[in-house]
Amino acid sequence: MEEQAKDYSHINGWGIDADPKNDPTYPMKRRTNEEHKGYSWERPPQQPITMEVLHSIERPNVSAVYGTAMPPSGLSGMIRRFAFKHSENSYLHWLPLLVADRVNVVEGLIEDVAEGKVPNIFSEKGYSADWDHNRSGLAVRAAIGAAVVGAVVLMCAGEKNRKRWFNQLMDR
Amino acid sequence: MLAMNYRGPKRVRIDQKPIPEILHPEDAIVRVVRSCICGSDLHLYNGNVPDTRVGSTFGHEFVGIVEEIGSDVHKLKVGDKVIVPFNISCGRCAFCKQELYGNCHESNSQATAVGAIFGYSHTAGGYNGGQAEYVRVPYADVGPTIIPEGMDWDDAVLLTDVVPTGYQAAEMAGIQKGDTVVIFGAGPIGIMAARCSWLFGAGRVIIIDKEDYRLEFARNYSQCEAYNFMDMEDPVVFVKKTTDWMGADVCIDAVGAEAAGNVLQTITGRKLLLQAGSATALHWAINSVKKGGIVSIVGVYGPTDNLVPIGNVVNKGITIRANQASVKRLLPRLIDHVQNGIIKPKQLITHRVPLEEVADAYRMFSEKLDNCIKPVLIPPSAHE
Repeated sequence: MEEQAKDYSHINGWGIDADPKNDPTYPMKRRTNEEHKGYSWERPPQQPITMEVLHSIERPNVSAVYGTAMPPSGLSGMIRRFAFKHSENSYLHWLPLLVADRVNVVEGLIEDVAEGKVPNIFSEKGYSADWDHNRSGLAVRAAIGAAVVGAVVLMCAGEKNRKRWFNQLMDR
Repeated sequence: MLAMNYRGPKRVRIDQKPIPEILHPEDAIVRVVRSCICGSDLHLYNGNVPDTRVGSTFGHEFVGIVEEIGSDVHKLKVGDKVIVPFNISCGRCAFCKQELYGNCHESNSQATAVGAIFGYSHTAGGYNGGQAEYVRVPYADVGPTIIPEGMDWDDAVLLTDVVPTGYQAAEMAGIQKGDTVVIFGAGPIGIMAARCSWLFGAGRVIIIDKEDYRLEFARNYSQCEAYNFMDMEDPVVFVKKTTDWMGADVCIDAVGAEAAGNVLQTITGRKLLLQAGSATALHWAINSVKKGGIVSIVGVYGPTDNLVPIGNVVNKGITIRANQASVKRLLPRLIDHVQNGIIKPKQLITHRVPLEEVADAYRMFSEKLDNCIKPVLIPPSAHE
């Protein structure tokens, strides 16, 4: 679209990076064809492999450096090891990883309790931000939560208890 | 040291963790002075990225001071103030040599579909991130860039991701003088993409979102038109109508997996995880761009599949360009722009929060409380 008549002087820097040769071919224009030769570059020294590092089966090796955040462990680790037997092209890679993540959450809770820590869910969910900035939303959420818990308790209470509670309520 | 600790979907806390050590001769340890929460951190926070392990520390946007260097680091010294690009790159593999620093082949064992990113799950390499007091930074001679004299921390921290990603979104869009650019998403990246579209000579810049406060911010900061899709019957028809029924020359998806606006996409992409996030913005971008136009994607999606109208891409002859920003390639130009006052990154920061309150900061950003656009975390050790 050619548009020369408009005045863009109020926009600081208008057009300073305009590049009429910028066609939709990046990064091809900077191609080196190096990758045609496979692992032709001089690889950086290998970070010593001191822990279990899962690697994609779409590459032959562990990269020269790797992250050490959380090595696989427990049941979630077993599921992750299974996932890494399949390529990134397969749902058998990604879906087990999502399952492992959920299992890992339960493992995290057990780990906390085992260490004598009771997770403060209110704080971990950042509800004090709601208290500061969205008190009505927090109240609605709390009311819905209380209603759901109440309904579950009632459903689990059995017919006899439900009748007794109902009668006590009516007596008042 | 204090570090953010992921405990499960929508649950994070601050904990004590060991200070990281040099594990490779090209490593450095950086003491964090500022770190941000990025919109893409919310994909992790919501539990949508596979292989996000409990106990990990997030954070790929951080700046700080070099505390320690490995035996093979020559360009940095202890005490240097550095911008650390969000991607980890070796600088010598075939992809880094093409300046595709976001696609390095020597830093992420766990997936070939993505390069390594600090604090972004084991799918992106399993590195702990910068929402902590200290971070291990591999290949310290390649990525980290010394902060120029006179640039403050708040400007610098937005050069790790927000500014380069917004700029590359506009660059990949191949904008020609006079083009109409439509950006879906008025988060920090979309706002920056709108600002940078002018630098490439756009004739008209339109941003579309559903949050009025963000649209108002974009209108002022990016000097662009801003519209709420909640006020439209159909955003695609709106774009067609406002472009004389031709469609935009360029559309940019600056939302990614958390997009709202389509019930089917929201349920299958965000609630049931049957696709790799909700692809509403991408769907709209493909359908809003003119025949032969360009769609630039910087919104982040997961590694599985998404529902997008790929047939329309073929039938309209659309070019799609996408990548993680190549921060190292872009930094020299962008530092110039910041120093010359053309881009003013720190104006995007709406909240400065102590690292100790990381859970509240995530909640506030995620729920868009208190008109939050960009929260920055400040560790206690930043004041030393």
